[in-house]
Amino acid sequence: MKENAVQFLFKYGAIILLIAIILYFSSISDAFFSYGNFSDILRSISIVTLLALGVTFTLVVDGFDLSVGSTMSLSTVVTASLMVWYDMPLWLVLLLPLLIGVAVGLVNSFLITVIGIPDLLATLSMMYIVAGLHRTYTEGYSIYNNMPLTSGGTAPGQLSEAFLWIGQGQMLGLPVPVWIMVVMVLAAYVILNHTRWGRILYMTGGNAEAATLSGVNVKRVKTSAYIISGVFASMAGILFTARVGSGQIDAGAPLLMEAVAAVFVGYSVLGAGKPNALGTFFGAAVIGILLNGLTIQNLPYYAFDIIKGAVLVAALAVTYVYAKNKFAKT
Amino acid sequence: MAELLDMQSIGKRFGNVTALENGQLALEKGEVHALLGVNGAGKSTMIKILSGVYGQDSGEIRLNGEIISLRSPKQAKEHGIYCVYQEVDTAIVAELTVAENILMDSFAAGGSLLLSKQKINKQAKEALVQLQSEEISVTRKAGTLTLAEKQLVLIARALVHSAKIIIFDEPTAPLSLTESDKLFSVIQKLSSEGVGCVFISHRLPEVFEISDRITVMREGKWVNTFVTAESDSEGIIEAMLGEALSHELEYQPHPTGDNVLEVRRLSDSGKLKDISFSVKAGEIVGVVGLVGAGKTELAKALFGAANSVSGSVEIAGKQTRIKHPEDAIRAGMALIPEERRKEGLFVHETLRANASFPNLRKFSTKLFMNKTAENKFAEDIIDKLKIKTGDTETPLVHLSGGNQQKVAIGKWMSLDSLLYLFDEPTKGVDIGAKVDIFKLIRELAGSGKGCLYFSSEIHEAIGISDRILVMCDGQIVKELSRQEATQERILLYASGGKEELNQTEKLSERERSSISV
Repeated sequence: MKENAVQFLFKYGAIILLIAIILYFSSISDAFFSYGNFSDILRSISIVTLLALGVTFTLVVDGFDLSVGSTMSLSTVVTASLMVWYDMPLWLVLLLPLLIGVAVGLVNSFLITVIGIPDLLATLSMMYIVAGLHRTYTEGYSIYNNMPLTSGGTAPGQLSEAFLWIGQGQMLGLPVPVWIMVVMVLAAYVILNHTRWGRILYMTGGNAEAATLSGVNVKRVKTSAYIISGVFASMAGILFTARVGSGQIDAGAPLLMEAVAAVFVGYSVLGAGKPNALGTFFGAAVIGILLNGLTIQNLPYYAFDIIKGAVLVAALAVTYVYAKNKFAKT
Repeated sequence: MAELLDMQSIGKRFGNVTALENGQLALEKGEVHALLGVNGAGKSTMIKILSGVYGQDSGEIRLNGEIISLRSPKQAKEHGIYCVYQEVDTAIVAELTVAENILMDSFAAGGSLLLSKQKINKQAKEALVQLQSEEISVTRKAGTLTLAEKQLVLIARALVHSAKIIIFDEPTAPLSLTESDKLFSVIQKLSSEGVGCVFISHRLPEVFEISDRITVMREGKWVNTFVTAESDSEGIIEAMLGEALSHELEYQPHPTGDNVLEVRRLSDSGKLKDISFSVKAGEIVGVVGLVGAGKTELAKALFGAANSVSGSVEIAGKQTRIKHPEDAIRAGMALIPEERRKEGLFVHETLRANASFPNLRKFSTKLFMNKTAENKFAEDIIDKLKIKTGDTETPLVHLSGGNQQKVAIGKWMSLDSLLYLFDEPTKGVDIGAKVDIFKLIRELAGSGKGCLYFSSEIHEAIGISDRILVMCDGQIVKELSRQEATQERILLYASGGKEELNQTEKLSERERSSISV
């Protein structure tokens, strides 16, 4: 009886929670349950979802990328600076930050697979290094159109309209960032669940030694997961710049824990029991809806971290209680 | 002899699973009583109930005629019931001295806060003398002891508290032969002093050597209790399996082809020194040696899973460089590793995902996985290897050791490899599954595959192999044909000895018809 209850909770708990939250907020506020508000919610979670997808890939291979927040910050200011300081063409503005993501992923995986530092510690160190890099790069200032430069004069460039469209435009009735998010979630889902690559990623995470003895080059697999994570973080940074219209410093840092929470909420969606793309999206949605509803309720923003932390704890508790039951000795 | 312990109609359930339905065990004073059964028969549940780890759901336990309740290991110890577990390391504190380990339970029990080192050392010494093991210094750190010595420390711990019953849970599994002999003499001494010993082992020959009576369990139930002197191994095996299987393994000579593997002067930076041998198509070559002789290292070196390997390897006549298991698999090799849960399988994944993994390209179109093909293959190997499982989606944690091992072998079947490396494939596998595995290896050889069979179970290797290579200390010290191979000779070479000439002739005419399991 008790076991069945745990099973049921694990499988449908997250969905029931989501429905309960929606029903509750709808009942106390008319503004909540509307097309406009839901499209707002989706737009607000699009950046976190991209970040969380990267974390998902690293968790799948039994790693953990804590540097995604900093990588996003770096990508945010680099994107802005390329336009504002250097007046570069759009394609370069989009490409260079992605290459930075690849580079961070490569350094992470070098530390982990070649030197042998545990994933959490290696990416924790990188989190500091990358955060420091991005502050040094901007000398601590945010980057905005025609900003005054420390060397005198004003910056030559501006964020272009075409670029801002990525973050602020509408397409087929939904904001562009939502489309980007949907495409990326689906791509990640198909890759992880239906392709050979996804299988190799999951199996490597399940047992690296057995994967090696089955002919998998585990180092290469882990490296690719960290590169993917870096690229997703960079995309989140580009999107953030386009959304806000300037290169804020420390944009990614507060989003790290939210992304991590989204992934762990995702563990328990439909009883997957492991990191998965759709679950991650769902987790981001739960957190987004919760925060949106609480904002409508006038909860002060500085209390939001309590909510995010509580969601993370709840998700972890469900995951670990379930794992304990599922794999207990029979 | 007086009845010391009597466990009657013991029952135990875990959730929906009935682990024990009618467990029985009677032990007399000074008796060595073997408890046998295939994996999952309920042996470990029985001894965990006896040592107080689990409480029974039904049935009663009598000690010297009185009903006792054993609800915790502490209570069991108060009644004088001690257990020497298979994983000795979990019961030993590496940082404490031998003496402190021996007397640990008396610290834990409370009493005086101040400990007198001298007194402890003296008491510990006395216990070790009783075990004829005074060569173990009581002031050494327990972490530096060998496995066998650690076992002795655990036995000494039981002795200090004048144990009435000592349970030995597969004590010989990690021991070398001389160490096992030593352990047996200790067990005999204990029983002569009136201690009742319960002895669990997968190895029948030693059960016959040491025990007075044998209780056989099957599927959670008591089957029979035999007096050892009046029974034979066939009767016991039949009781364990419910049917006699041992005759199904008659040796049949089969044709062999060209060399599939030719190894010349293989060495690694550590254990292996200058190893050369070959394997023909259709041939089963046993590589036998004691624990630590370098068998696993050799298997891993051949498979590209070891560092800095030198020497040359030819597969099917082609010089091949193998730097990673990826290369080995491409060249036509398959490895069934010794630690299957750690190295061979993804225990939390489904049987289907495990089965298809070594050859994912075969089960995918372009980049996309083809689950239908995967399922079909999983069902094929379930049928072919008689794997007992719910369905193809069952995670492997829910399978027994023997069935897991079958999956670890079966997953290579989609590759049609030339050469199979089996590293201790029968370790921790019950007799029923063992017989299936032997048959499977024979079948593979029959269909022209080369098989390397790495094992420290000498009698099993003799039964299955066409030819035997004996390893000792990282080298191949002797090659024996099927006719020349006997347990005694292999042991002699494996332990670093040499034989005299006249002995050779005497031993060469030996016939074997079946594997003794």
